[in-house]
Amino acid sequence: MKPAEQVTVLKINGDEVSAHADQTILDVARENGIEIPTLCYLENLTEVGGCRLCLVEIKGAAKLQPACVTRVREGMEVATHSSRLDTYRRKILELIFTERNHICSVCVANGNCDLQDMAAALGMDHVTYPYLNPSVPVDLSHELFGIDQNRCILCTRCVRVCAEIEGAHTWDVRNSGINSRVFTDFNEPWGESQTCTNCGKCVNVCPTGALFKKGKAVGERTRQIDFLPYLKTMREELK
Amino acid sequence: MTREELDAAVVTEQERSQSFRHHVDVCIAAGCLSSQSEVVLNSLRTEIRERGLEKECALRGVGCMGLCKAGPLVALDGQAVMYQTVAPADAPEIIESLDTAPVERLVCPVNMPFFNRQTRIALENSGQIDPERIEEYIARGGYSALAEALAELTPAQVVERITASGLRGRGGAGYPTGLKWSTVVKAPGSQKYVICNADEGDPGAFMDRSVLESDPHRLLEGMAIAGYAVGAEQGYIYVRAEYPLAIKRLKTAIRQAVRADVLGTTIMGSRFNFQVDLRIGAGAFVCGEETALIASIEGGRGLPRLRPPYPAEYGLWGKPTLINNVETFASVPVILRKGSEWFAGIGTGKSKGTKVFALAGAVQNTGLVEVPMGITLREIVFDIGGGIPGGKRFKAVQTGGPSGGCIPEAYLDQPVDFETLAQLGSIMGSGGMIVMDETSCMVDVARYFMDFCRTESCGKCVPCRVGTVHMHNLLTKISEGQATLDDLAMLEELCDLVRHTSLCGLGQSAPNPVMSTLRYFRDEYLAHIQDKRCPAGVCHIAPEVTA
Ligand SMILES: Cc1cc2nc3c(=O)[nH]c(=O)nc-3n(C[C@H](O)[C@H](O)[C@H](O)COP(=O)(O)O)c2cc1C
Ligand code: SF4
Ligand code: FES
Repeated sequence: MKPAEQVTVLKINGDEVSAHADQTILDVARENGIEIPTLCYLENLTEVGGCRLCLVEIKGAAKLQPACVTRVREGMEVATHSSRLDTYRRKILELIFTERNHICSVCVANGNCDLQDMAAALGMDHVTYPYLNPSVPVDLSHELFGIDQNRCILCTRCVRVCAEIEGAHTWDVRNSGINSRVFTDFNEPWGESQTCTNCGKCVNVCPTGALFKKGKAVGERTRQIDFLPYLKTMREELK
Repeated sequence: MTREELDAAVVTEQERSQSFRHHVDVCIAAGCLSSQSEVVLNSLRTEIRERGLEKECALRGVGCMGLCKAGPLVALDGQAVMYQTVAPADAPEIIESLDTAPVERLVCPVNMPFFNRQTRIALENSGQIDPERIEEYIARGGYSALAEALAELTPAQVVERITASGLRGRGGAGYPTGLKWSTVVKAPGSQKYVICNADEGDPGAFMDRSVLESDPHRLLEGMAIAGYAVGAEQGYIYVRAEYPLAIKRLKTAIRQAVRADVLGTTIMGSRFNFQVDLRIGAGAFVCGEETALIASIEGGRGLPRLRPPYPAEYGLWGKPTLINNVETFASVPVILRKGSEWFAGIGTGKSKGTKVFALAGAVQNTGLVEVPMGITLREIVFDIGGGIPGGKRFKAVQTGGPSGGCIPEAYLDQPVDFETLAQLGSIMGSGGMIVMDETSCMVDVARYFMDFCRTESCGKCVPCRVGTVHMHNLLTKISEGQATLDDLAMLEELCDLVRHTSLCGLGQSAPNPVMSTLRYFRDEYLAHIQDKRCPAGVCHIAPEVTA
C-alpha cells in the first residue's frame, strides 16, 4: 500500500481544483475536463517534455512550463490557454511541419494522425516558415512494418514504449539537433534487428504515419494503444 | 597529514625554494605550450646543466601567466623580470643575464596595466607554481583552508561563510553559491554528490582550462571543502576530452592529494572521507548544462531535462547533488583563508569578488585576465587589453559566447556585473570576451553563433531543434543580401518563440546574439537587406543582375 497521498489545491484557469501532490498539471487538467494540447506525451510512458505544445503559464514563474512534466504545487495558479500560448503552440506546430516532409495526401495515417488533428484543433491552417525539405530515408526491411523518416516528429514515443513497456530497447535516437534520427539497434536495417520482437507497439503509438504496418494504403492505418495501461500496471506491480 | 605536518611542509618547501639563488619559470599551460614552450624549457634545462648551475638556479614549468598572446613566457625570480616570445635559442642569453642586466630584446614589461590592474583570486597561483607539485601548492597556503574547516568549523559554518562572501556561480547564471550549498544540505538523504562542471564549451573560452592546467589542487581543495559542507563523500570532475593536459594534471593532482591525505578516507585525521574521480565528456556543448551533464555521467545520452527538480534535490542517480563550475570551486579555499568579508569587499553590491575573462579578438593583449567585478568594460578593453590594434575603431564587445550578446561603444563605461550585463542584453556567461572592431560585421557574428547553437542543439525539443535552423537560414539569407523585411520580421518572431519555449538554457539563450545585435546594430541588418551592402565588408553580396 502506498502511504496516504497529500492532497493539493491549485487553480487552473481560475477554478479551484484538488490534486494529489505527485500529479502533473496535465493529469489534473484532464481529470477536470480541461484540454491541453500534447504530442510527445502519451499516458503511461515516461514524460519527456520535448514537443513543448503543452506549455502553460504559471503565476509567478518567469518561464512557461510543460504541463506534462511539471508537478502541481499547493496554491499554484495555472493558465492553460491565452492568446500568447495559442500563438506559440501554432508556431511550434508549424516548425514541426517544416522539419520533415509531411504530405498528408499520400500518407497511410491521413485522417488518423495526431499531428493532423493537432493542426486542426489549433487552427494552424498554413505554414509561414520555409520547408526544410530534408532528404531522409525510408526503411522497409522489416517483414511486417516500415518506417518513413519523412513523417517522424521525434516524439520518441516508439523509443519509450519499446524500452519501457516491451523491454526490448530496440529504438533510440542518434545524432543531435536537426540531424536527430530514430534508429534500431546499432543502426542496421530494422529487418535485421536482433532485439526487435515484432510486437508492433511502436507502430501503435506513433502519432503520425512514420511507423506503419506494411500493406496499408493511404489513410488506412489504424492504431490500438489500449494495451498501455494494462502493461504499465503489471510492470509497476512487479516492482 | 596533520595540520602540523602541513605547516612543516610549507616550511620545507619554502626552504627548498630559498636555497636557490635564481628561479626560472617557463609557462607550460596550453597557450604557451602551443608555441613550443616545452622546447624552451628543455633548452633552458640543458643550458643550466651545461653551466653546472643546477644547485643555484631552479628551473620549473609553471601555469598560465595570462598574457597568452606573447608566449612562450619566461619569468625570472618571481616575475621580477618577464620575457616574451622566447625561442629555444634564447636560452644561453637568458641564463647569462641572470646575474647581469635583463635581455632587453625579450623583456615583457611587468608593470603594464595588463598585469597590475588585475586582482587574482581564482588565478592567484596560476603562473606562480608548478602545477604538478603538490608541495608548491601547499607552500602557498594550499589545503590550509580544508584543514581549518575540518578541525574548527562545522559544515553549517562553512556554508555560512560561503553565503556571507556573496560568491555567485561562475558557470554562467550567477546563482548564489551559498544558497545552492544550503539547498543540498537541506535535501533529505544520506547519499549526496559533488560535481565540478569542467565542460567549458563556449567557443574561445579557456578560463577553467587554465585553472585545471595551472593549479589543479585548488579545485580539489574547493571540492573537498564543499563535500564536507554538504555531506558528500564522492566528487566527480566532468572535464571535456579536448583538455588532455588538464586531465593529465588532474590525475596527477588526485594521486598526490590521496597520498598526502588531503583526499581519501579520514582526511587529515578527521572523520571526513572524500574521493574525487574524473568523468570525461565527449565534447557536446549541451553537456555543460547541468542536467545533461548528470545524464552523461550516468551513462545516458547527454540530454537536458526539465528543472525543477534541480540537481540540488534530485541530481546524480537521483540523489541531492551539488554542481558548481571550476572557477566557483577555485574561489572557495581563498574565501575560507582570507575571510568572507574580505571577499565581499571586492566587487559590487550584488556581484562580489572577481571574474576571469578570456580576452580575445581585436585587442592588443589577448589572454586571461582576472578582474574585480564592477570594473568597466572600457578598463578591460582599453587599459588591460591595451586597446584595438592597427588604429582601428572599436565596435563591440561580445560576452557570454553563444548565450550572450554584443555590447556597443555607448555602454563601455558600464560596470561588469551580472545585473548590468543582463540589462544590456548580454550575460556574464562563463567568461568569454571577444572584442570586435569596425571590420566585424554584426550580422555575420550573429550568424556564427547561431550556427554554433544549431550544431550543438541536442534535438530533444522542437523550438531549439528546428527554430535554430530557421534562424540560421534567415541570417545566412540576410548576409547574402537575399532577404526581405519580412524575413527580418520572421527572424524576430523566431527569437521570441525559441527563447520562451525551449526546454533548456541552450535554446532559451540561443537568440541572444541575434537580439542584441538587432538592438544595437539594426542599421547593419537593414544595410544588408535594403541596400544589399555589408558595411563592414565581410559578407559577400553578389551584385544584382540587371536584365
Ligand atoms: C547549454 C549550456 C551549457 C553550459 N555549459 C557550462 C559549462 O561549460 N561550464 C559550466 O560551469 N557551466 C555551464 N553551464 C551552466 C550549468 O548548467 C550550471 O548552471 C553551472 O555549472 C552551475 O555552476 P555555478 O553555480 O558554479 O555557476 C551551461 C548551461 C547551459 C544551459
Ligand atoms: S533547448 Fe536545445 S539543447 Fe536544450 S533541450 Fe531543447 S533541443 Fe536540447
Ligand atoms: S506533451 Fe508536454 S512537451 Fe510534449
